[in-house]
Amino acid sequence: MAVKDYIRERFFPHIWCPGCGHGIVLNGLIRAVEKLGVQKNEIVMVSGIGCSARIAGYLDFHTMHTLHGRALGFATGIKLSRPELKVIVPMGDGDALAIGGNHFIHAARRNIDMTAIVMNNRIYGMTGGQYSPLSGYGILASTAPYTSVDQSFDIVQLAAAAGATFVARTTAYHIQQMIELLQEAILHKGFSVVEVMSQCPTYFGRRNREGDAVAMLKHMQKITTPIGSKAKAEHPELIERGVFVRKELPEYCEAYDTIIRRAKEGK
Amino acid sequence: MSDNIRFVQGNEACVEGALYAGLEFFAGYPITPSTEIAEQLSSRLPKIGGKFIQMEDEIASMCAIVGASLTGRKVMTATSGPGFSLKQEALGYAIMAEIPCVIVNVQRGGPSTGIPTHVHQGDVNQARWGTHGDHAIIVFTASNHQDVFAMTVEAFNIAETYRTPVVLLFDEVVGHMRERLVLPQPGEIPIVERLRTSVPQGVNYHPYLPREDGRLPMSDFGAFHRYNVTGLFHDMWGFPSDDHEVVHDLLRHLMDKIENRTNQLAKFKEFYTEDAEVLLISYGSTARSARDLVEQRRRRGESFGLLELLTLWPFPNDLVRKKAANAKYVVVAEMNTGQVCQSVRLAVDQPERVFLANRIDGEFISPDDIHKTVRLIRGKGV
Amino acid sequence: MAKRKLKEHRINREWCKGCGICIEFCAKKVLEMDQEDKAQAVRPEDCVVCKLCEMRCPDLAIEVVAEEEVEEDIG
Repeated sequence: MAVKDYIRERFFPHIWCPGCGHGIVLNGLIRAVEKLGVQKNEIVMVSGIGCSARIAGYLDFHTMHTLHGRALGFATGIKLSRPELKVIVPMGDGDALAIGGNHFIHAARRNIDMTAIVMNNRIYGMTGGQYSPLSGYGILASTAPYTSVDQSFDIVQLAAAAGATFVARTTAYHIQQMIELLQEAILHKGFSVVEVMSQCPTYFGRRNREGDAVAMLKHMQKITTPIGSKAKAEHPELIERGVFVRKELPEYCEAYDTIIRRAKEGK
Repeated sequence: MSDNIRFVQGNEACVEGALYAGLEFFAGYPITPSTEIAEQLSSRLPKIGGKFIQMEDEIASMCAIVGASLTGRKVMTATSGPGFSLKQEALGYAIMAEIPCVIVNVQRGGPSTGIPTHVHQGDVNQARWGTHGDHAIIVFTASNHQDVFAMTVEAFNIAETYRTPVVLLFDEVVGHMRERLVLPQPGEIPIVERLRTSVPQGVNYHPYLPREDGRLPMSDFGAFHRYNVTGLFHDMWGFPSDDHEVVHDLLRHLMDKIENRTNQLAKFKEFYTEDAEVLLISYGSTARSARDLVEQRRRRGESFGLLELLTLWPFPNDLVRKKAANAKYVVVAEMNTGQVCQSVRLAVDQPERVFLANRIDGEFISPDDIHKTVRLIRGKGV
Repeated sequence: MAKRKLKEHRINREWCKGCGICIEFCAKKVLEMDQEDKAQAVRPEDCVVCKLCEMRCPDLAIEVVAEEEVEEDIG
């Protein structure tokens, strides 16, 4: 199928700003689903609130635009209720890790089979550029006019520590890697997390003098490196891209099926 | 003892009612005094192939049942005071997105952590207005286990009929007290199944286009109709809209589908109301003491009566006005500072005849407690 | 596998927001911004059909159509 077969064309052009990384994630996600050949009726997309959350409305799946930070809670109900469905949960960084932080770590701990995509642009875009738990120290934001003094999370480390069984990171620049990682994440049996470093040229880029979308993508290219690369050894400050965790643990819905079997047998 | 007679807690009666109504999915979080509902369902649901999940918090529990409902399941969560506060956000979502679900609040004393193991009825107005924004909501209650069972079944039936959350507002005494419950036979109480769309595959399905009778047929997530669900104001396809007409019409629809049915939704019981000079109005466990007082006074030839409300919201104004019309004194008995009393005063023609008999110290209100107030009102001293 | 040959760049001018990502990252410098700040293919003959512009477009506004795909469409 063509890209256009996966979108709700009547809502285009979309609401995102020129050069928004979230559009690239939308693009990459469609291609990942297309390559996997998953039927549109088999996919449920559950999003929260924020710029990232709008991705759900543009895709012709079963889509649910929920509450800020709570997408994984709704998604857990859907998945446990209908384990045969593929559940994809795109979230923003504030959405997933500030207001939704508790849901994020517990979904990871449960190892329930769904794919969390954290579209990390290090800012609250929809509300006008406030600092997020991913902004990090020394960042200018509309609520950090003197620079932020908050340290940031490392999404990969957090997800891995919380028990996610597939954890990966890429950027909006590395589109081919993004498509591959999203495919693997969707196929993975268990809770998969893909962090996509995404650019917000409107709020993050402009305020922090990172330039426009092109400049921000070039910056991402510069500050990241494949996992275990020689460059990483020489420049430890580089952010690694690739698959950090890939392991097997009992998947939640399957584990619950054994509970049903035992309950029915009276054991 | 016959197979269908049980000696159970009110919380267990609620579980039995939910299973009778077809509950398939429960998500919850431990909290006193409602925890027994979760405990029982963790054992009962998997036996019938249903799903139970203990979520990371009250918020996620509410979200999870809304998600599960969208896939076509009958769903419920249960909580108490502080947990009910946390569920308000997603409760509003279920109202806006018109997703059937049942929320049990076994009330305890508040505000805040309050007095978890003692009885209060302080969440009546929270159940009405707890979530932000203009909205309508249905809230049922009960005073004994047979009614807990019946109102739980009714909650599921109404939730499915009108695509709306329904709140079951019980209290600590009803939840924890043990008494007899006679389980109805299958089919004895009618069960409403979800109305699903008959629109065939390939033809446009409008999830938010009400039929002439006001009902909105649903399509399960995972079936062939793909649509959008959102907490934003939305059009008949479920897509966000800020068109003023769309916003107006949707809010009107959400209000009207419930408020226009106030009289149909008004469930109640009455005892000696016809010639009651002193009309007690009560609900939940308080109604047990109120009824006892009525029986006591009737035995002494005094014309006491009781109107027991099973529907708290939408408030049954017409019913209350009619029943109170001929009473000399209307005494609202409840375990709060007058939440239903306030609604009764708004409903009746002569609000100056409405009095409050209450107890707010966590101790269960006795027939004597209510009678003391009645004596004071009638100028008979304590 | 035969090297794919370009048929055309389909650029949706309604959707293109002129961010310039496709232009900047094209290895062959096929694309340029036109006077209305929309991407256009000015050197299509240089295109190697890598489709990176199509995949990276945040607006889903570019489709790089190769010859063989067109034939498939007909077939």
